[in-house]
Amino acid sequence: MYNKSFPAVMTAAGLALAGVPAHAQSVDETVNQIFADSTGWFVNLIFANFPGTSFPWIVAWLVIGATVFTIYFGFIQFRAVGHSIALVKGDYSDPNDAGEVSHFQALATALSGTVGLGNIAGVAVAVSIGGPGATFWMILAGLMGMASKFTECTLGVKYRNEYEDGRVSGGPMYYLSKGFAERGLPGGRILAVLFSIFCILGALGGGNMFQANQAHQQITGVVGQYPGWITGLVFAGLVFAVIVGGIKSIARVTEKIVPFMGLLYVGTALVIIAMNYHLIGWAFGQIFAGAFTGLGVAGGMVGALIQGFKRAAFSNEAGVGSAAIAHSAVRTKEPITEGVVSLLEPFIDTVVICTMTALVIIITQQLVTDPQTGLYLLNEAGNGVQTVGGTSGVGLTSAAFGSAIGWFPYVLAIAVILFAFSTMITWSYYGLKAWTYLFGEGDTKELVFKLIFCVFVVIGAAASLGPVIDFSDAAIFAMAVVNIIGLYFLMPVVKRELDSYMSRLKSGEIKKFE
Amino acid sequence: MSGKFVVGYDGSVSARRALEFAVERARAQGGSIVLTHVLEWSPYSFLTPNELEERHLRRREEMERAEKAIMHPVVAELKDSGVPVETAIRYGNTADQLGKVAREMNAVQIVIGRDGQSEIGARIFGSVAVALVQTSPVACTIVP
Repeated sequence: MYNKSFPAVMTAAGLALAGVPAHAQSVDETVNQIFADSTGWFVNLIFANFPGTSFPWIVAWLVIGATVFTIYFGFIQFRAVGHSIALVKGDYSDPNDAGEVSHFQALATALSGTVGLGNIAGVAVAVSIGGPGATFWMILAGLMGMASKFTECTLGVKYRNEYEDGRVSGGPMYYLSKGFAERGLPGGRILAVLFSIFCILGALGGGNMFQANQAHQQITGVVGQYPGWITGLVFAGLVFAVIVGGIKSIARVTEKIVPFMGLLYVGTALVIIAMNYHLIGWAFGQIFAGAFTGLGVAGGMVGALIQGFKRAAFSNEAGVGSAAIAHSAVRTKEPITEGVVSLLEPFIDTVVICTMTALVIIITQQLVTDPQTGLYLLNEAGNGVQTVGGTSGVGLTSAAFGSAIGWFPYVLAIAVILFAFSTMITWSYYGLKAWTYLFGEGDTKELVFKLIFCVFVVIGAAASLGPVIDFSDAAIFAMAVVNIIGLYFLMPVVKRELDSYMSRLKSGEIKKFE
Repeated sequence: MSGKFVVGYDGSVSARRALEFAVERARAQGGSIVLTHVLEWSPYSFLTPNELEERHLRRREEMERAEKAIMHPVVAELKDSGVPVETAIRYGNTADQLGKVAREMNAVQIVIGRDGQSEIGARIFGSVAVALVQTSPVACTIVP
């Protein structure tokens, strides 16, 4: 969804922040100061490395969780792929439920929240710091993350609230409180409240300010510098029209263009790879060799591994719990079916789209090697691989695509802006659900959150709020801490559901329609 | 055996013509009418998270509205004509669903109106009539 190495993306893309008006600048500084002073400990805690290493414990937390779920559910991500595709196609959907939310729709909406800057800029950061080998670890982490998604999305449907009037609400806050209560475990309500708080902060930060900021960077990259608050106001206006004004057409247009952009991106990547077909074998050779030797990158094999794991986790949000909110609206009697469908999400996001970005960067030879040794050369700062144009982050992806297809960077800029917008819309909803969980439903209460959300769009686009964004990033990963604790306690519930469903599927009790 | 006539009905003028045509035939043959309204819907469309949450609610509202505003007046009207009438409200592709209803109800014929779209319009946007003619499981009458 988004990309943690925010400063790297910005500086490497050669973009300084837009000229922010003087009064906003001072507000910036004040806000920065207050945030840095009061929240620095929290950010440091979440992104702390294991003692004596440069391996953040939060990455290990996500990967260990994914590994546990993978083993506990018997490699569900490989066993259930065929069934997953059949469910998305609607083979098991009751025709009488036509007009309700289909598996496809729940999946597509959840995907629109995760596919975004992480896939374009984040991967470039991973490859430029960790070398091609990072791709291998990224794919592995993506495959493991499928099991985390499966667990959380099954629970999301199982413990959702279905209201009298027909609306449906679900997500970690509901399964933490209801699931723990059902199993007679204490603390569910506390975890749910903590999750909601982190979710609101994450929605305002990573799901909003970061997106607005990166969209502004992209626009200035194409049309030249201008104040960020202008972009902010336009975006805030559009977001306001959608979430407050209920102007469905804007959302609908975005929801239609975003999948198209995603396909165009993957399609273009495939064309570029096909144009260099003779290098495909070499590229995979680099990925495998780099994965285990590092091929000279800073940090060697471990450096490649950390970068790959980090980007995968940050991009597909597996274990964070956010997607369970979107998936829980599906029309199904069997919670397992949505879990099985959600397996495809990290697969599409990480294993397909992120890998395409990495392959294009590697195959267009943006990373500079020493002709003598074949090892990658380090950049001047010594913290990453030297690239052809000295680019990194979204600039590197853009240069890689641009080296093969000259006009593609413009399309990429539009894609980034649209991805950012659709991610904002999706996260505004995640944040709102957490907000109403804490404060209760009601038009006024909801309006307050929506207005706060719009204000943060402007702040995000206008300012360079490093500490604020660090804090919001930390909040998203704090969601994962709370969520995965809950998943450990609730995974036996998922196991029971899975065993029951699979035996009924095998016996023919659950059949395809027509 | 008296036959059933599936009539595609959306309350438009052309649908009205189709209905009148079918009622006349049904009365002459001692048949009945299956008044069918299809709400265009694809399970592969894209929705916002908010639309997902409200989908079940909206669906119920859409069904009620169709029942009340489109079907009910016609059913009331046909009561006096002496031709028996059943109703069906479906979600999906119009031509597809009309065919399905016809099959389920063992209908002898599907009757729809044509809204006199220009040829180019039909070529670009496709038309229910063309799709139905190609897929219908029973005889099909298109009332101009």
